[in-house]
Amino acid sequence: MLNAFAILLGFQLVGESLHRIFSLWVPGPVIGMFLLASFLLRKPSALSEPLVSTTHVLLQCLGLLFVPAGVGVIGNLNLIGREWIPILVGLVGSTFLSLFVTAYVMHRMPSRVAVAAPILSDGKEVQGNQS
Amino acid sequence: MNTSALHDLWAQLTPTPLFGLTLTLLSYLTGHAIQRACRGAALANPILISILLIGGILGLTGTPYRTYFAGAQLIHFLLGPATVALAVPLVRNLGHLRRSLPGVALALTAGSLVSAIGGMALVEICGGSRAAALSMAPKAVTTPVAIEVTQTVGGIPSLAAVLAIAGGVLVAISIQSLLRWARITDWRAFGLAAGTAGSGIGAAHAISFDEIAGAFAALAIGLNGLLTALIVPTLVHFWPHLR
Repeated sequence: MLNAFAILLGFQLVGESLHRIFSLWVPGPVIGMFLLASFLLRKPSALSEPLVSTTHVLLQCLGLLFVPAGVGVIGNLNLIGREWIPILVGLVGSTFLSLFVTAYVMHRMPSRVAVAAPILSDGKEVQGNQS
Repeated sequence: MNTSALHDLWAQLTPTPLFGLTLTLLSYLTGHAIQRACRGAALANPILISILLIGGILGLTGTPYRTYFAGAQLIHFLLGPATVALAVPLVRNLGHLRRSLPGVALALTAGSLVSAIGGMALVEICGGSRAAALSMAPKAVTTPVAIEVTQTVGGIPSLAAVLAIAGGVLVAISIQSLLRWARITDWRAFGLAAGTAGSGIGAAHAISFDEIAGAFAALAIGLNGLLTALIVPTLVHFWPHLR
């Protein structure tokens, strides 16, 4: 587990350094993620059980990690209160648009490997026949 | 024990990391307990509940956010390694990605563009400020990326974080009804859309249904993080009213 953490922090540090040295748009942790992914593809043996289980645990409590930043909303209550209509419309509108467009394009692409999701077509609240 | 002694104790403990850490963990566990009590209702989101709880406690006790964050930043810091950790599901599910590559690339690009342009345009059309529009643009990506991108383009990082989290909660609440309505019956589409529009919270939701949906959501988080980090600053550069 300590090895796994050292790997994660090490790749973040490299990503962070590249981000600063080259003034890249892409954030350090994201660079670190792609570096680690390409490293693991080159050297599949590095994808050890401890690394898999540690990352699994970390990603399992991903929700918790958003909380401290989310509490920052109390510092923005004035702005949100002043502009709640554009913020609400922008949030709901762009989220629904993005959700629909992504799923629709993915679903419509000709593919032999579609993975049927019966829960979405045979569910209790189904509104029409399965296509 | 008199009240002034209690006040002294409170004043001594709140600036220590112990306060922010314990408050965050306890609130999150309370959020989970409430969701369980509501039979897993999507609306009873643990993240939403703990933000409301902590915000309320800080407000009632007059504790500044800065004091709370001094301790809670130890949890916040883990978002960095957690983002790097996304490389593991990415690599493990590369087979699925390769087989659906054209669809994934096209759907992700379309979804990212629609999210960034739609968010900024809607805020502007409804009379919102430049700062609000800039903080809305990267909201579909995983929070650390949203914060970084917002800093790069000059929005408000804490507002971007809040919007990213709110967007994720919205995805978790609405995705099933929306896809049923659109008659989209493919786990790959479900996962990719959840990750593209709702990042980590959307992915957590997708994984709870189906492993392949979870894999595509993880792919979407990683690739959308990269795409948005490229798209948003470029978009802001050419956006008519913002520069």
